[in-house]
Amino acid sequence: MATKNWPLWEIFVRSKNGLEHRHFGSLHAADAEMALENARDVYTRRNEGVSIWVVESKNITASNPEHNGELFEPAQDKVYRHPTFYDLPDEVKHM
Amino acid sequence: MNNNLYNYILGIADNSLILGQRLGELTGHGPSLETDIACTNISLDLFGQVRSYFQYAAKIAGDDRTEDDIAMLRKERDYVNVLLVEQPNTNFAYTMARQFLFDVYHLAFLSELEKSKDLTLSAIAKKCIKEVRYHERFSSDWVKRLGDGTAESKTKMQNAINDLWTYTDELFHQTEADKAMVKEGIGVDVTKLKEAYYNNVKELLEEATLEIPESKYFQKGGKKGIHTEHLGYLLAELQYMQRAYPNMEW
Repeated sequence: MATKNWPLWEIFVRSKNGLEHRHFGSLHAADAEMALENARDVYTRRNEGVSIWVVESKNITASNPEHNGELFEPAQDKVYRHPTFYDLPDEVKHM
Repeated sequence: MNNNLYNYILGIADNSLILGQRLGELTGHGPSLETDIACTNISLDLFGQVRSYFQYAAKIAGDDRTEDDIAMLRKERDYVNVLLVEQPNTNFAYTMARQFLFDVYHLAFLSELEKSKDLTLSAIAKKCIKEVRYHERFSSDWVKRLGDGTAESKTKMQNAINDLWTYTDELFHQTEADKAMVKEGIGVDVTKLKEAYYNNVKELLEEATLEIPESKYFQKGGKKGIHTEHLGYLLAELQYMQRAYPNMEW
């Protein structure tokens, strides 16, 4: 009986209001409610967060590392896709 | 020194100290990594509360005793925790049932202690109550999960509730210190918490599809220092370092 594991959950924590939720890690839990409680105990016990999202890992579709060639490499030699060729007025900050 | 106030504080703090020690025993032995950390967190919350209480008690005592002396160097008969919190971690159902039966009381107690005329106690209660609200949420969640879980988990949780039920009535007994402190507007009249306690507990047990024990016989004695056999072993472990190496520090 003990060999049956709880499903895996991915934990996202917002560390401050205004910031986005970031992936903190994963843990096991029987359901979403327990995943939230476990995440609270495992990841936010040192005052790391103000909000937690939990997503069951099986619901995440990931890209296949074997396809990295066709997915990402074609972008490497196309620097003009970055908006770095514009002259910005001095008044525009934080770009 | 105000003996009644001193004893009153010990009556509150010893519950958290002994329960914290019990939960601490599970460090590294919890049923899963996540529940292991949760129990340890609750244990640490309780030890934190104990420190606030014992620091205050040491101040009231006014001699050279410290919070550590009060926590570590008393004899078994001088501990005045309720019998419930010293019961062993027979299995995870017992651990959660014990926690739940205490948390429901603890939460109601602190909500009243917040109104104490003693500003230190009221401040401690305000700080603790958020922690305890989470403890209660965690333990009642597990009582529901195990009670309304598999046939095996239900049996284990029902056995735990049945066995620990006999220790619940003592929570509402008043000591001499209690009576004196209630009179001064400092202490909580625990007898007034009893009805709501059993209503809340019964409501949750029903939700957990568990049977409410009908036993009319209740154990008592902890508040007077008369304990079950389990406390001696617990104290031996708790006090070992201070007894073996007196005055040792981290």
